[in-house]
Amino acid sequence: MSLLSVENLAIHFGGVKAVDGISFDVQAGEVFTIVGPNGAGKSTIFNLISRFYQPTHGKIVFDGQDITRTPAHNIAELGIARTFQNIELFDHSTVLQNLLVGGHTKRRASWIEDVLHLPRSRANEREARHAVEEIIDFLDLAAYRDKMIAGLPYGVRKVVEIARALASDPRLILLDEPASGLSVEETADMAFWIEDMKKDLGLTVLMVEHDMSLVSAVSDRVLAVVEGKPLALGTSAEVQSDPRVIEAYLGTAA
Amino acid sequence: MDALQLLIGGVANGCIYGLVALGFVLIYKASEAVNFAQGDMLMLGAFLGIAFINGDRADLPFLLGLIAASLCLGALAYALDRFVLRAIFGQPQFAMVILTIALGFILRFAAGTFWGYDPVSLETPFAGEILRLGSLTLAVADLIIILATGALTFTLWLFFGRTRLGVAMQASSQNQMAAYYMGIPVKRVNSIVWGLSGVVSAIAGVLFAAKGAVEPSVGLLFGIKAFAAAVIGGFGSLPGALLGGLLIGVIEQVAARYAPSGYSQIAPYALMLLVLILRPGGLFAQIAQKKV
Amino acid sequence: MRIHFKRSYDEDIRLFEDWRRMAKYAVLLAVMIALPALVSAYFLGEVTLVLIYCIAGMGLMILAGHTGQISLGHAAFMAIGAFSNLWFMEQGMSFLLALPLSAVFTGLVGAIIALPILRLSGIYLAIATLALSIIIEDIAIIAEPFTGGVGGVFAPPVDVLGTSVDRYGSPNLFYWMCLSVVVIVLLGYANLLRSATGRSFLAVRDSEVSARALGVNVTRTKALAFGLSCAVTGIAGALYAHFVQVVNYESFLVLLSINLVLLVVIGGLGSIHGAFFGAVVVGLMPQFIAIARDFLQGSVGIDISAYPGLDTTVFAVIIIAMVIYEPLGIYGFYMKIKTQWQLFPLARRDMFRRSKSYLKTERMR
Repeated sequence: MSLLSVENLAIHFGGVKAVDGISFDVQAGEVFTIVGPNGAGKSTIFNLISRFYQPTHGKIVFDGQDITRTPAHNIAELGIARTFQNIELFDHSTVLQNLLVGGHTKRRASWIEDVLHLPRSRANEREARHAVEEIIDFLDLAAYRDKMIAGLPYGVRKVVEIARALASDPRLILLDEPASGLSVEETADMAFWIEDMKKDLGLTVLMVEHDMSLVSAVSDRVLAVVEGKPLALGTSAEVQSDPRVIEAYLGTAA
Repeated sequence: MDALQLLIGGVANGCIYGLVALGFVLIYKASEAVNFAQGDMLMLGAFLGIAFINGDRADLPFLLGLIAASLCLGALAYALDRFVLRAIFGQPQFAMVILTIALGFILRFAAGTFWGYDPVSLETPFAGEILRLGSLTLAVADLIIILATGALTFTLWLFFGRTRLGVAMQASSQNQMAAYYMGIPVKRVNSIVWGLSGVVSAIAGVLFAAKGAVEPSVGLLFGIKAFAAAVIGGFGSLPGALLGGLLIGVIEQVAARYAPSGYSQIAPYALMLLVLILRPGGLFAQIAQKKV
Repeated sequence: MRIHFKRSYDEDIRLFEDWRRMAKYAVLLAVMIALPALVSAYFLGEVTLVLIYCIAGMGLMILAGHTGQISLGHAAFMAIGAFSNLWFMEQGMSFLLALPLSAVFTGLVGAIIALPILRLSGIYLAIATLALSIIIEDIAIIAEPFTGGVGGVFAPPVDVLGTSVDRYGSPNLFYWMCLSVVVIVLLGYANLLRSATGRSFLAVRDSEVSARALGVNVTRTKALAFGLSCAVTGIAGALYAHFVQVVNYESFLVLLSINLVLLVVIGGLGSIHGAFFGAVVVGLMPQFIAIARDFLQGSVGIDISAYPGLDTTVFAVIIIAMVIYEPLGIYGFYMKIKTQWQLFPLARRDMFRRSKSYLKTERMR
């Protein structure tokens, strides 16, 4: 069944049609990738799904529920987590604290209980730490557990951001260019992790990516987008050999 | 007639608020720094004007003194940015807020030490002059303030639209990074904007001193009213700042006449809070969202 | 460098990392409790004032240091706390009931005022609160039934569990009362920081977008932080009222608001320690300057009292130096020294170099 379906989605900024009539379905348990040249509206699609932008028209349905009008801060609780193209971590906190914020939706104690540190608040903390430690193990972050984000290498930060998204215990994870800025080895690791997320954690992955090696390695289906419009949908190989896609990337044959 | 007279007095005051707000928005647009010492720059401009123009001081002619004061304050503001504010380039806004508050304290102390803490006023050729138009009695000082503000605004408009430097300033205010890549020396442009803001503040200060007495602590309240003007105008908009200033000036006069005492001082701030609640972007602004 | 191996989650959650650290704070607390026996009554009064500044500083630190919102008008909330506390007592309420009640009242007022403004970027909040701080003077005169108008309100000695506590009559009791309030607020603050709520504050400070993506309701969180901050500041205001014994429209001027901001900056934004360091500096600065004045006049013959406003100027110069050279405040400086000491001789200069970004825009958070 489809976990996420986007129907005829569009957003216009002034006269610019950043996304213009995109529809696709993401099946539960698959890795679905959106590719396209710069400025094609890929990140905008993410921002629409995570509800930072209000679509001009169209509909977003997650797990049978229409989320087109759901406030952005309620998206995580439904089971959608995301990462950002330019890494948006909490720079002045440790890796552990960042991941704990990821578990924010799981808390049950109110702020009053937190201030008084009542039993429910402490129980929350224990559970949150338990969940987070598993993710630290999963992504092999134990060495950086108590390090400040500000001092970490770029590649590690990318992983921490994914870890933080996983900490909210999502069913669908949106990865915005997970391989950008990574070395070849780090990109290969990223491919393994995405595989693991799909196989071990049973997650559905929606990804925007430029690195075709990663796209080919992990994607079940690929959607090519150009100028806010869908161009081709299929397996990675199909899309890469589609003449319209080649033209969009390379321009008309010279 | 009474209402019209009140209106003109309010507009004259509002022009000064507007000019201070203008100097403040100039800096904000250029470097995203909110200069909490803007009111103190006005105060300093007023004192400089007095020092150059008054008979018992340098005794220069009015226009010459005005130019001298503007140049002095412009140079001082340029130096402040070059030597103090540039040291924290790239730090969060908070740091800038604290720094400019502290600078305000120092400017106030400097003025008090040089010129004393007693109120002084500027001797102008038009002090106390009154123009009668039918039943309308107008202070010449008010009219001169309004005319001068109009002229200054027009000059600034020409400057931003027609000169290389003005265009560079516009560019770097829209996107510092891009402007930097296009070869605009962003840091130096910032310092020049500070200088320009100093010049505007000095003119506002001299006009202010032409209307009433000046003492070192006059800047604090003035600065906050100018903030209110800038917020009402939309915070990033130059014409908005000027209009916001006019609105504050008029409201203040009207409230002083018709509202019970005690309530009238609150009026400008109440107006600002109301604008913030009802039209958060100000009356003339566009709100942008961060791109992720 | 000591390495601490943690064996359970509780070890990570509890307030003190190990017994050494706990012992350090226990000794500090014991000294503070015994202080009336160690120092003169005059100095004790000064320390009491510092304690009140500590509470106000913690109040502002929640907001400025941990949620990243600037308020330049916190003296207004001290005023609301002070006047409401005295008004509740006038209605016949006991002090022990009136104090928390005035905190709740101040917190609610703060949250209601801030809610519409918090949707905008931080600088609007700074300006709006500054304006609030200006008009509170006029409001205090207008709201005569609650504030006593121009004359102000007299703060009666308070009754704590049957004992009369008065700043001059029983300075030791008054000191202990302030100290216990400091400890209670401190515990609540520390609890907050080790909980999900506290982490959501930090998240909003560092990246609003990702906080939102992780399920943090940003506006609500900011309003909560503002409310809590105002509540704590209100407590400080109430104690201040009993400290100075008469409060009127002139007791909570803009300058006090600005002093509070300077307090958190000097102390070190983003740490509870910072509020305390800052309070010591701000609270005792007038004393230092008086001593320096006497010294200069006595030894060099320079009479600096001829320059009114010099003390605030010295203060301003310190701030400027601080912002330029040590933006993390006294606490940051302390941490630097400590790290250098622990790593000796391995510390490198670049370890503490701040990464300078080309202006990261804050217009669009």
